[in-house]
Amino acid sequence: MLNTDPNLAVPDDFYAALLRAHEGLDADETHALNARLILILANHIGDLATLEEALALARGKVVEGDATTS
Amino acid sequence: MNAWASRYTRAFALYPYTRHADQDRDAPVRHPVVIVGGGPIGMALALDLGQRGVGVVVLDDHDGVGQGSRAICFAKRTLEICDRLGPGQRMVDKGEQWNLGRVFRGEDEIYTFNLLPEDGHRRPAFINLQQPYFEKFLVDAIREAQEAGAPIDIRGCNRVVACDPKDDHVALEVDTPDGPYRVEADWLVACDGANSPIRDGMGLGFDGRVFEDNFLIADIRMQAPFPTERRFWFDPPFNPGQTALMHKQPDDVWRLDFQLGWDIDRQAELDEDRIRERVRGMIGDRAFDMVWTSIYTFRCCTMDRYVHGRVIFAGDSAHQVSPFGARGANGGMQDADNLGWKLAAVLQGPAPEALIESYHVERKHAGLENIRNSSRTADFLTPRSPAHALFRDAVLDLVEDHAFARPMVNSGRLSAPASYDGSPLNGADDLPGAPARSRPGSPCPDAPLGDGFLLDHLTEACLLGIGAPVPEAVTIDGVTLKGLTLPADGLIAERYLGSAARSIYLIRPDQHVAARWEAFDPGPVALAVGQMMGRAC
Ligand SMILES: Cc1cc2nc3c(=O)[nH]c(=O)nc-3n(C[C@H](O)[C@H](O)[C@H](O)COP(=O)(O)OP(=O)(O)OC[C@H]3O[C@@H](n4cnc5c(N)ncnc54)[C@H](O)[C@@H]3O)c2cc1C
Repeated sequence: MLNTDPNLAVPDDFYAALLRAHEGLDADETHALNARLILILANHIGDLATLEEALALARGKVVEGDATTS
Repeated sequence: MNAWASRYTRAFALYPYTRHADQDRDAPVRHPVVIVGGGPIGMALALDLGQRGVGVVVLDDHDGVGQGSRAICFAKRTLEICDRLGPGQRMVDKGEQWNLGRVFRGEDEIYTFNLLPEDGHRRPAFINLQQPYFEKFLVDAIREAQEAGAPIDIRGCNRVVACDPKDDHVALEVDTPDGPYRVEADWLVACDGANSPIRDGMGLGFDGRVFEDNFLIADIRMQAPFPTERRFWFDPPFNPGQTALMHKQPDDVWRLDFQLGWDIDRQAELDEDRIRERVRGMIGDRAFDMVWTSIYTFRCCTMDRYVHGRVIFAGDSAHQVSPFGARGANGGMQDADNLGWKLAAVLQGPAPEALIESYHVERKHAGLENIRNSSRTADFLTPRSPAHALFRDAVLDLVEDHAFARPMVNSGRLSAPASYDGSPLNGADDLPGAPARSRPGSPCPDAPLGDGFLLDHLTEACLLGIGAPVPEAVTIDGVTLKGLTLPADGLIAERYLGSAARSIYLIRPDQHVAARWEAFDPGPVALAVGQMMGRAC
């Protein structure tokens, strides 16, 4: 089950760390970092059903924003 | 005599054209089974049927095996099937065994895998063997079976030009160097390859995906000290931005495979000097001869149904996969394995025609599994969008230092036999504590037994008592089962009992598990035998 309740002790700390990780990277490098990060976190979560829920959630936001995407 | 056009040059002439008495009859002769196409799948099926005493005619439009290797990797399950049919040992003697796969990115080795075959199986995970040898050994085995009386008839230079399916038979028109003749079959099996003229002639679809990529194969002969292992490159210096593969075959032949991309000048790429330059880029400055070159593209397609009345499709005619994972011929061999005993049981009495429908159910399930695996590999090797490329590169970035990323590298998920989960032929699974790998529907795992191996004994329908006695032979509703009582120890216990103390297994003639119980009870066994023969379908 995907936990969608607030779960980070100090959300601002995480957010700052995320920005720090991307500092000085160009767009390609940022994309590459994000892709590695997703793989690392996915492996940590491990459970496919949870990951599929997360993917659907993320994809849903894209679809909502663009009504022409099917 | 008309001119006989050949579509390819052949490696071995094995069944030269001779005029058959059928050609001089006024009325077409009816045969129990006619197989169209004498590739590996048609020949394996003919051998299986002939050994079961079913009269079978193979019509092939050539007089031997085509030149050029195509398949080189033959999987353990294929070898086990060939052991049952006869030529397994010859294939293994001639083949090259390998376990180590090394993966490179650019100049660096990023990952090594070992197929680590589990102990206690007669056959290795894979051998490499040129497809023409594989086919020749099958035909040699057919010749031996014919001498022993098997009713197999191979007719070379017999091209099927028309196929007319009826309710209870199929009528064929066949062209030969002496002109056309007609012949009929109770059952027709189309093993006529990926471009199946039978399929097209019947107007049946072949749907799936075409992958926009080209690969150059160069089979070369060289003396080289390279070990027998599979080498795979992402973005190597000699083929920048693409992949490459190197694999050993018998007779000092090496399979080199270069990804070329989609927009290529095919003629220019096939230029011998250009190929030699590519080869030297990979192997360095070393003498070699060119054996066979070809550029291939691939698609992953399947028919919707593999059985259409009295016409059955097997091998590449029914389903085609990318070469990654070696699931083409290996998948097709399991089609033949699945179909042989069913056709024999229907033609010889104990099974209703409905049993043939289970061939479609089981092998379509397997076909989709093979397509799923080989499409995923293709997606990894041939990224179709910026996102595909992004995640592929992310995996490769992580691989060297992080074990978790290694299983995500997909340069081919090597062929493994399908378990027929959910098949209508599966009976009871009434053995608490037993391992999932030997559940009903799955292929029997091999294990050492006496001086040999368990699978040596599973050559027909069997009742297997492990730590529990079974009769030596029983006949239930016209089906004869061989009984085999074995002690409950060693790897057999590990692979078939798990934590159960004893068991009874019902095994199909194709070495898949039909049902299992804790003890022999005639009622439930009879029920499962009926189910295995398609009487519940
Ligand atoms: C580059 C490459 C590499 C591969 N590597 C592997 C591998 O490593 N492992 C693996 O398992 N598979 C591999 N494959 C796939 C494998 O080669 C095929 O799956 C296999 O040959 C299919 O066998 P088949 O008998 O179904 O069809 P085919 O081998 O195509 O045989 C069909 C036969 O039917 C005959 N025929 C056609 N039309 C007619 C007609 N009208 N009348 C009479 N006869 C006819 C043809 O002449 C031919 O003999 C590879 C394929 C390619 C292209």
